[in-house]
Amino acid sequence: MALDRSDVEKIAHLARLGLNDADIPRTTEALNSILGLVDQMQAVDTAGIEPLAHPLEASQRLREDVVSEANHRDSYQAIAPAVEDGLYLVPKVID
Amino acid sequence: MQWEVVIGLEIHTQLTTQSKIFSGSATTFGSEPNTQASLVDLGMPGTLPVLNKEAVQMAVKFGLAIDAEIGQHNVFARKNYFYPDLPKGYQISQMELPIVGKGHLDITLEDGTIKRIGVTRAHLEEDAGKSLHEDYSGMTGIDLNRAGTPLLEIVSEPDMRSAKEAVAYVKAMHALVRYLGICDGNMAEGSLRCDCNVSIRPKGQVEFGTRCEIKNVNSFRFIEKAINSEIQRQIDLIEDGGKVIQQTRLYDPNTNETRAMRSKEEANDYRYFPDPDLLPVIIEDSFLEQTRATLPELPPQKRERFQSQFGLSLYDASVLASSREQAEYFEQVVGIVGDAKLAANWVMVELGSLLNKTNSDMTKPPISAEQLGGMLLRIVDKTISGKIAKEILEAMLAGECVEIGIGSADEIIEQRGLKQVTDSGAIESILDDMLAANAEQVEQYRAADEAKRGKMFGFFVGQAMKASRGKANPGQVNELLKRKLEG
Repeated sequence: MALDRSDVEKIAHLARLGLNDADIPRTTEALNSILGLVDQMQAVDTAGIEPLAHPLEASQRLREDVVSEANHRDSYQAIAPAVEDGLYLVPKVID
Repeated sequence: MQWEVVIGLEIHTQLTTQSKIFSGSATTFGSEPNTQASLVDLGMPGTLPVLNKEAVQMAVKFGLAIDAEIGQHNVFARKNYFYPDLPKGYQISQMELPIVGKGHLDITLEDGTIKRIGVTRAHLEEDAGKSLHEDYSGMTGIDLNRAGTPLLEIVSEPDMRSAKEAVAYVKAMHALVRYLGICDGNMAEGSLRCDCNVSIRPKGQVEFGTRCEIKNVNSFRFIEKAINSEIQRQIDLIEDGGKVIQQTRLYDPNTNETRAMRSKEEANDYRYFPDPDLLPVIIEDSFLEQTRATLPELPPQKRERFQSQFGLSLYDASVLASSREQAEYFEQVVGIVGDAKLAANWVMVELGSLLNKTNSDMTKPPISAEQLGGMLLRIVDKTISGKIAKEILEAMLAGECVEIGIGSADEIIEQRGLKQVTDSGAIESILDDMLAANAEQVEQYRAADEAKRGKMFGFFVGQAMKASRGKANPGQVNELLKRKLEG
């Protein structure tokens, strides 16, 4: 499997990365070499092997349902670019 | 052309945990913006999610209640999309190995038959925050209090064939999660939200038609209206030679129409992958058994018990069992009065109409089970008639006698002097006065033939009840009156 320019443009858009025209061939090549490695791994016979969800052979520890976080809004909002009425302001996301 | 409708639903239920699914922030509804948003909820670098045990237990409880396989090895995945209401850039959800597998839920249709609806799966995920698009001079305001609230997304099979069935399913699911105590079911606050997948196909065709998804419908009434309007749109479209395009639509209650979301809003490619921040969750058998032990009696069992223990009809039993509050209320009333059929009637019919009138529901009934039960006792022992009972119900609703006691029927009967007159001497004297005052009608009655007498007899009963201000025992009035008129 190999990616072409339009695949890379699409992925860049999904990841909100602004690639300029000059970057695209280099990025395409880099991604394709990663996929080449994946192709190599695809050749391994994995019949009967359970898919790996996590490299550590451990299971998730669960937390008791207790509120442990106090309200630190003021300190969190001190570093936000824009706030109003306790809300974080971001560029408008609908027209 | 005869069309068949196919509906599948996705229901998002907010779980009633104290803290969020992956952080120790509170989940209280309606708090000041962002006062329940910690560094984890804000998606700050370096933070890690830690899964809430209660959320897992609630999901398992749900799975057991719908007879589903529980995923004993389940995995959380990242669903990637950029939107400021989830600042991490992804939602933690479950894709491949959800916690709840295939199960089912029975619904009671209008004709009283029971239909089994398949549940494909249910998975745990985190809710997003809220975006406020107005009032912030060209900016969007973000409140992340809701971000990270645990959600159980329940996906049904495409088993429903009308908007009414879809509503019955949502109501049954709503009742179930409330029975289980895992969701408060408050649709106005968004605790239970519904996406409806709707398609149509010519009757008899096996393949499904192209479906549209109506997003985020938040009341039973709107679910029915939104689906019906979407069905009509698809029928019109196809019958005019058009084709249904698979898309996401929004329902506008003002115009009673669905409209397509702009393609940009739905151009999603979520690129799910297992979340490396979370290890697989293993549900031990012991945890399953512990959870099973906490299950309350659920609607189907309650319904069957109401039928066998109280001799109620299937319909009455399923209506009464449909909400936990109503079932408990009914059982309290039966406990007081003993007569289950009488209790069922009054809870379903009279209390039901009071609820409609006062725009309330069984979570806060306007009349307590003690009040209703106490009053029914007085019907059973013939202190009052059914008609007076309705008057007493009104008085209870108005809060009468609460200043001198608990607003019980006995207090109101005493205060208003409503005790039924069963002393036949007293009734006779009422009848004598009434007949004397209507001497002309008595003459006519005696001259009339049998066929006409029925209606005329009713007139005298009415007059007698009126004269006794509704307090005379109707059975005795009938009997004594007949004797006197024959006289």
